[in-house]
Amino acid sequence: MQASDRFNINSQLEHLQAKYVGTGHADLTRFEWAVNIHRDTYASYVGHYPIMAYFAVAENESIGRERYNFMQVPFC
Amino acid sequence: MYLYSLTLQQATGIICAINGSFSGGKSQEIVVARGKVLDLLRPDDNGKLQSLLSVEIFGAIRSLAQFRLTGAQKDYIVVGSDSGRIVILEYNKEKNTFDKIHQETFGKSGCRRIVPGQYLAIDPKGRAVMIGACEKQKLVYVLNRDTVARLTISSPLEAHKSHTICYSICGVDCGFENPIFAAIELDYSEADQDPTGQAANEAQKHLTFYELDLGLNHVSRKWSEQVDNGANMLVTVPGGGDGPSGVLVCAENFVIYKNQGHPDVRAVIPRREDLPAERGVLIVSAAMHKQKSMFFFLLQTEYGDMFKVTLDHENDRVKELKIKYFDTIPVTSSLCVLKSGFLFAASEFGNHALYQFQAIGDDPDVEASSATLMETEEGFQPVFFQPRKLKNLLRIDQIESLMPMMDMKVNNLFEEETPQIFSLCGRGPRSSLRVLRPGLAISEMAVSQLPGVPSAVWTVKKNVNDEFDAYIVVSFANATLVLSIGETVEEVSDSGFLDTTPSLAVSLIGDDSLMQVHPSGIRHIREDGRINEWRTPGKRTIVKVGSNRLQVVIALSGGEIIYFEVDMTGQLMEVEKHEMSGDVACLDISPIPEGRQRSRFLAVGSYDNTIRILSLDPDDCMQILSLQSVSSPPESLLFLEVQASTGGDDGADHPASLFLNAGLQNGVLFRTVVDMVTGQLSDARSRFLGLRAPKLFSIIVRGRRAMLCLSSRPWLGYIHQGHFLLTPLSYETLEYAASFSSDQCAEGVVAVAGDALRIFTIERLGESFNETSIPLRYTPRKFIVQPKRKLLVIIESDQGAFTAEEREAAKKESFESSGVGENGNIEQMENGDDEENNDPFSDEQYGYPKAEAGKWVSCIRVMDPRSASTTCLLELQDNESAFSLCSVNFHDKEYGALLAVGTAKGLQFWPKRTFEAGYIHIYRFKEDGKVLELLHKTQVDGVPLALCQFQGRLLAGIGPVLRLYDLGKRRLLRKCENKLFPNTISSIQTYRDRIYVGDMQESFHYCKYRRDENQLYIFADDTVPRWLTAAQHIDFDTVAGADKFGNIYFVRLPQDVSDEIEEDPTGGKIKWEQGKLNGAPNKVEEIVQFHVGDVVTCLQKSSLIPGGGECIIYGTVMGGLGAFLPFTSRDDVDFFSHLEMHMRQEHPPLCGRDHIAYRSSYFPVKDVIDGDLCEQFPTLPMDMQRKIADELDRTPGEILKKLEEIRNKII
Repeated sequence: MQASDRFNINSQLEHLQAKYVGTGHADLTRFEWAVNIHRDTYASYVGHYPIMAYFAVAENESIGRERYNFMQVPFC
Repeated sequence: MYLYSLTLQQATGIICAINGSFSGGKSQEIVVARGKVLDLLRPDDNGKLQSLLSVEIFGAIRSLAQFRLTGAQKDYIVVGSDSGRIVILEYNKEKNTFDKIHQETFGKSGCRRIVPGQYLAIDPKGRAVMIGACEKQKLVYVLNRDTVARLTISSPLEAHKSHTICYSICGVDCGFENPIFAAIELDYSEADQDPTGQAANEAQKHLTFYELDLGLNHVSRKWSEQVDNGANMLVTVPGGGDGPSGVLVCAENFVIYKNQGHPDVRAVIPRREDLPAERGVLIVSAAMHKQKSMFFFLLQTEYGDMFKVTLDHENDRVKELKIKYFDTIPVTSSLCVLKSGFLFAASEFGNHALYQFQAIGDDPDVEASSATLMETEEGFQPVFFQPRKLKNLLRIDQIESLMPMMDMKVNNLFEEETPQIFSLCGRGPRSSLRVLRPGLAISEMAVSQLPGVPSAVWTVKKNVNDEFDAYIVVSFANATLVLSIGETVEEVSDSGFLDTTPSLAVSLIGDDSLMQVHPSGIRHIREDGRINEWRTPGKRTIVKVGSNRLQVVIALSGGEIIYFEVDMTGQLMEVEKHEMSGDVACLDISPIPEGRQRSRFLAVGSYDNTIRILSLDPDDCMQILSLQSVSSPPESLLFLEVQASTGGDDGADHPASLFLNAGLQNGVLFRTVVDMVTGQLSDARSRFLGLRAPKLFSIIVRGRRAMLCLSSRPWLGYIHQGHFLLTPLSYETLEYAASFSSDQCAEGVVAVAGDALRIFTIERLGESFNETSIPLRYTPRKFIVQPKRKLLVIIESDQGAFTAEEREAAKKESFESSGVGENGNIEQMENGDDEENNDPFSDEQYGYPKAEAGKWVSCIRVMDPRSASTTCLLELQDNESAFSLCSVNFHDKEYGALLAVGTAKGLQFWPKRTFEAGYIHIYRFKEDGKVLELLHKTQVDGVPLALCQFQGRLLAGIGPVLRLYDLGKRRLLRKCENKLFPNTISSIQTYRDRIYVGDMQESFHYCKYRRDENQLYIFADDTVPRWLTAAQHIDFDTVAGADKFGNIYFVRLPQDVSDEIEEDPTGGKIKWEQGKLNGAPNKVEEIVQFHVGDVVTCLQKSSLIPGGGECIIYGTVMGGLGAFLPFTSRDDVDFFSHLEMHMRQEHPPLCGRDHIAYRSSYFPVKDVIDGDLCEQFPTLPMDMQRKIADELDRTPGEILKKLEEIRNKII
């Protein structure tokens, strides 16, 4: 890699994409974008306990089961 | 509009709990995270959990772990939060604070996918900690000690793997070899690349071991192997000589023992017999207990059943894994096994409990073992068991938890001095209606009738060194009664007290003699029985007395004051006389400072509305040192000395200070600081306590002096965690009180009221509410109050449960099969709280049996909260469930008030929200509102989630449709509708001709109804998509709402727009026809914005104190309560925003989250001052307080006064 390449926009993007999961690119499909949003959302639910409790009450499940479901849904 | 936000009750739910010895030595403590609060609890000798410290950290705690360096005596706390930082805390016993030892930043803040904080794992030998994210990132920090034995932390070592989901991590115990961490991971990179979905179906979870090479300072993936795809949790197995090492992998239906180079040992988790076949069994919490010779695990399933897991091993080969049924307790979020033989169970929902181990499950019981595991064609053969009542555990204490709070209303139904908060809490069989009253709970120990109406009561010791009181002396109008305290309390006549006269004061004088002051003299009873009498001169009588152990001051009628001192020989000697200008209203002597002969100050209250401080020093005896005029004649005076403390139980350093408290005749408590040298009074504060003049008494609370004020209700002033708190007691009006101490009751209060003598203790200090709980049957959803009839109507519904009849039938069946006699009716199912109930299936303990997801049970209940009785309970049939209700008066008034209930039949959320039908039921109240009778039922084309009365008609939000109904003979009649709402209507409120509609996802819409054209139309809406969870109408143009992410916001229609619409003859309708961007023509403005950090489920505009201004009260899912108070002056806004600014700079939150960023997590905070942060001001070190105070041009005392004042405006 030449020194100038490091500042090239593409390599910068690649760097971002490698470092931050979910960084988009020009050819991103609607589906890929949505999947990424879903994953972010579920991760946020799992991180915010009160929201999980809120869902758990709605679905009448235990919070532990709810967390398991949220971790399981987007990836399998 | 500027608001002051204050938490009234911190969240009561628990996210996670850890146990260890945080203060060092042998003591066992529990640290619990309650969302944004970190608490330290300790079980005391009686097995009651005491809260030692509670810190608001302004961030979301996600995980906690404790570790101990080898050879150390003390555990440290590691906190994983949303701050993007790892924080290590140490509990400082001396100052009673959490000290931040280390704080290392590793990523962005917020609960993100790839920023660690979600998981924490500790090397069992305390050498390293791993912090992980849901995806990709894992960091390892090496923990060590420097030369002066301080904890050090290394820079982070990365153990990242991209495209990998992490489900759980834990440390592997491998003795003193290199630390190893285990993780359940799933690589989804292939699944992402494969559009056919085949790779996604084949994706496999792996158990991966990460080894930290301490020599190379490097983390490597050491070993990875497939695990069951249902794996969700890891538990460390002891190793290094204590056990076989490795991990327990908890998966759906299985527990598997795994280790590197060891074959899997798998056993099934026993299932309940009544569990539907399609449901799995998941372990949700686990605890390991290790003793010298053995270890075992306690695992709890999502249904609440606990299992004891033991490993049969020979060195590091595991031969058998056994899972034995242990007991069933409500589902927990964390289990802590304490070394002292207690089990702390932090419940997911409802009250937390402390259990004592009666046995450790050695008796035979249902057991699954790896040795008997049978694989058939359908999979592994399940093992069944039937839950039974507790055998191994005994509940000894519980901590109240309001989680989840579903609905809340403030109303003064009981016509008490302050309104009560009615809240619907809990879930399923553990749900309840809780009535919260501001104040401390008391527990009454004894009530006995006296032969007359007593006027006063005292307790007295025989000797200063005695631990307990010897006598209770009760004074009547013309007699005195002496009771001796022993095993029992009984009347005695040999005490030496004069019993034919009323008493004015009784106390211990000198070291061991007693004094009785009566109107005509002072009786001094020496220890050897000699009695000295001092008689008043002439016909004058004694009217008031003040005394401490060595000094007595009496006031005679006419205003003469006589001062006595106890001399060296124990004689009471007259020292000085002084003539006051008029009658003395009250007097008090300050307690003797430590190491002194006498106290210097005498306070005298006169009927000319003044309080004078007189000197008692021999040099300037009876000189007036200072004078304070007050608003009304003082009735009672009390000096309260706050001892100097450098921390201890109550937090920050305090120099000794002396407060003079005065109860005035207009019901105000007046409090000022007395300068210890000059006697000057400064820093006066006053607070209205009640309709009667407060009488003040000094009592002992937690070993410290506290003040009891008896007005129309009793109040307690005491110091808690560095704050002086003045809180009402939930007890009836008392006349006179004294502290009480005997061997049955170390710190009690004896009081007289009416003709009864009462002995009680004060419980749960520091809490601002006490509650009474009334059990309900299903998860309560909403309720309405009927203020005139003093009744509540509650709707309850549960998904995935069987109806009462089905449960009853199933129960009968199992009783018959097990040979137990038939037991009870439906009512008995609700009193699961009493331990004696022999019903083996108390639902409260075991939960309702699970049914398939689309099955609902629901009921409508009319309750009289005063008698806690249900006057009517209608169980809905046919898979219907109630979601909304309102009371409605239709304009034809044929039936008077009716009840409308919105229900759905066969509602399902997954995979898509579907339902069979929606209905609106109309009920009629009968028998004075106590009974409901169905009038008719109207089918509608959606789920009616919101109902509201509007101009003699019923407004219903049915899916995205707002519809106006009128009452017909057989059904409701559609009058008008608007279908333009974006998603689902979740709340409707009305004011005059405006309708404020809250959409589930799209915030508020303001509507109007035009009667002449019979049209409903939206004239304004919000620009921000908000997932509403609660809504409250504030004024004509303003609405408050709360969204799912924990924000509270207010929107307001701009004044000019509002005027325009009101003036426009078409009501803004012309404009409405030309909406903007698919929305309404006008937009509301967001005027207030605040991140609470907890899902707010209910909002209410109300006042919690009589005569106080209205504030917004909110309740949250985690069971917290808070309030927003609007500021009334610009000065206050300036003051508090500056204080908040300085607090942000000088006192950043404990767990590393930036305060302003936290309060702006989703939207920038706007016009709200965080009172919780401001209230941390007293916990700052003194020099810091002074520095901030200087910047604000005030003294620290003034700041404290301000904080106290604004709190008193709310509660």
